[in-house]
Amino acid sequence: MNDRPILHVTGLRARVADEDSDILNGVDLAMRRGQIHAIMGPNGSGKSTLAKVIAGHPAYEATAGSVAFQGEDLLEMEPDERAQAGVFMAFQYPVAIPGVSIANFLRTALQARLEDGEELDLFDFQELLMERMELLDMEPSFAQRHVNDGFSGGEKKRNEILQMAVLKPALAVMDETDSGLDIDALRIVAHGVNTLKAENPDMSVLLITHYQRMLNYITPDVVHVMVKGRIVESGGPEVALGLEERGYEQYRRMQVA
Amino acid sequence: MPSNEVIQGLGLDDYKFGFVTDSEPVFRTRPGLDADIVRQISARKDEPEWMLKRRLKALRIYESKPMPQWGGDLSELQETLDQTYFYVKPQEQMERSWDDVPENIKETFERLGIPEAERRILAGVGAQYDSEMVYHSLKEEWEARGVIFDSIEDGLRNHPELFRKHFGTVIPAADNKFAALNSAVWSGGSFVYIPPGVQLETPLQAYFRVNQERLGQFERTLIIADEGSRAHYIEGCTAPVYSTDSFHSGVIEIVVNRDAFFRYTTIQNWSNNMYNLVTQRALVQQGAHMEWLDGNLGSKLTMKYPSCYLMGEGAHGEIMSIAYAGDGQHQDTGGKVIHVAPNTSSSIVSKSISKGTGRSSYRGLCKVYDGAANAKSNVECDALLINETSRTDTFPYIEIDEQTASVGHEATVSKVGDEQLFYLMSRGMDEAEAMALIVRGFIEPIAKELPLEYAVELNRLIELEMEGSVG
Ligand SMILES: Nc1ncnc2c1ncn2[C@@H]1O[C@H](COP(=O)(O)OP(=O)(O)OP(=O)(O)O)[C@@H](O)[C@H]1O
Ligand SMILES: [Mg+2]
Repeated sequence: MNDRPILHVTGLRARVADEDSDILNGVDLAMRRGQIHAIMGPNGSGKSTLAKVIAGHPAYEATAGSVAFQGEDLLEMEPDERAQAGVFMAFQYPVAIPGVSIANFLRTALQARLEDGEELDLFDFQELLMERMELLDMEPSFAQRHVNDGFSGGEKKRNEILQMAVLKPALAVMDETDSGLDIDALRIVAHGVNTLKAENPDMSVLLITHYQRMLNYITPDVVHVMVKGRIVESGGPEVALGLEERGYEQYRRMQVA
Repeated sequence: MPSNEVIQGLGLDDYKFGFVTDSEPVFRTRPGLDADIVRQISARKDEPEWMLKRRLKALRIYESKPMPQWGGDLSELQETLDQTYFYVKPQEQMERSWDDVPENIKETFERLGIPEAERRILAGVGAQYDSEMVYHSLKEEWEARGVIFDSIEDGLRNHPELFRKHFGTVIPAADNKFAALNSAVWSGGSFVYIPPGVQLETPLQAYFRVNQERLGQFERTLIIADEGSRAHYIEGCTAPVYSTDSFHSGVIEIVVNRDAFFRYTTIQNWSNNMYNLVTQRALVQQGAHMEWLDGNLGSKLTMKYPSCYLMGEGAHGEIMSIAYAGDGQHQDTGGKVIHVAPNTSSSIVSKSISKGTGRSSYRGLCKVYDGAANAKSNVECDALLINETSRTDTFPYIEIDEQTASVGHEATVSKVGDEQLFYLMSRGMDEAEAMALIVRGFIEPIAKELPLEYAVELNRLIELEMEGSVG
């Protein structure tokens, strides 16, 4: 059972709906339960597009291939159904929701997961939220701020991880969560992710990053290199180290089908 | 007369919950309006001669004024007026028992989270309710401090001099066609007097007034907050007002004397066949502070512009409004601030939401008279559009005759963004929940000013509305 991939992407091609060329040109990716995979790749290679197709962003359409999550066809599901099934994406560019506090937002997200007629226990929620904020070294008053409204780049990223820590996904896709974080914040966020992982060893993480730095804290099982909408190399942590030295030049010359 | 009188209908978007009772009105006038009907109304209320004369004079003014050609579409209104019963003695509603209220209506109340006590009032079950005791002890306390909180009819009966001194002084019959109409046929509403220096912690809530004539079609409210007093009055609630009436035209007059503070909160949700044309105005004297907090949902057309006339030096006026226009509805709302004296200040914050084919218009006036030195006014109006077919527009009128005045105006129009929706849905909320959360966030700056139970009701109402907004 555990051998079945938690996430299985095969031959995935995708584009912005109504455009005529694909951004993803046949992505293959298999993650086993509990694994941490990193995806690296030059700007514009399609990393965020892959993340958004997994999360169900309506602006993109898959034109070929499949995405299975725990054996279910993810492409057939609405974004909220995917979330409820356990998929979480930490956004590269989170949007502001003016007037909605983080606490209210997370309470609504948790309430949405309950059966009709069931009410979220507010004391339990408050406790969970405070505990998670402490884990991420956040001031309790932060929970009263409006979601991403006027947040600094680093605050936005931390808020994404807070949501992940509260919602406890089975699969977390983290899109450049490390960009914009200062050195201390990076350490705190990485510690948060590792703590979640320790709590739930079955949690799988797909980490999109440009920097080895992040991988020093969160050790990946597999590192993929994405170029022009395809995964062109996969291997162990040494792949990332190689990139650090040589950059993407070696891949740029490769022909894309 | 039909034996089945459809008294009430309930529902949020499409009013699917009908509500039929067998009781007949104790008394109502024939449809339409003339001097004879005005006389009947006055006689029924056992009014003094001067009030009858005022009513008849107002009727003549009403008849002489043309239908307004601005604002919303009133072209079909005359037809409605010809069929309107201008006076229905509402007593028969009190006879109904809670057990007679259909289950689906009770359920809707429950979903709305309306307090039990209020549900009964809304369903027209007046007789007994849990907070009656609470109200009685409050009323005793208020009376001991000289506060008058009565129906408008009792106000006229029991406090004739005070009543006569102020009635029609803030909004004379000649002010506009519908103020004239109201002045001719008014019935129901509140009479409130807060004596000098009296500060009330607990809001005066209109629904406390059981067993008296309730908010009517032509409600008339007169409030006097005397020097240095402080109070908050709340009218209405977010549940739809069930009625077969398709016309509501209220007049609310408020006098805020020197250094007094008064807030008037009203949240109303009308059935979507309703024309809702209301005149609300406050005279704000030296150093006094007036706030209107106004929520308008439902109706076919609402035209409502609460206003503050800043008459004395240092007077301050605030108007906060939320308008929600669903399919086929037009909310033409806003506010007026008139600066007459020096160092007066005002602010208008207006938030509107339009869904489906709904349309919301902000219409505001800021007028600064010559001599109102250093007057300051700020207007902010924000519109949120839910669908492609939704519509909004702004009509800010600014008239300034004073050099030293400073007036600011800011307007924004936003759409519920795909990125926002996706963000919330990617956290597990369905589209309606996500939409409702965005809308709640949008009105939060005003909703947070509401008493908790009203804010909760408003939020739930918006959730129900959003359930209907997505395919
Ligand atoms: N919604 C969109 N509309 C138009 N073009 C898009 C859209 N989304 C992605 N693209 C294009 O697709 C390509 C891949 O974009 P994507 O954001 O997936 O890259 P990325 O690998 O995440 O880059 P970065 O490292 O800079 O974040 C880019 O050329 C981008 O301009
Ligand atoms: Mg990206």
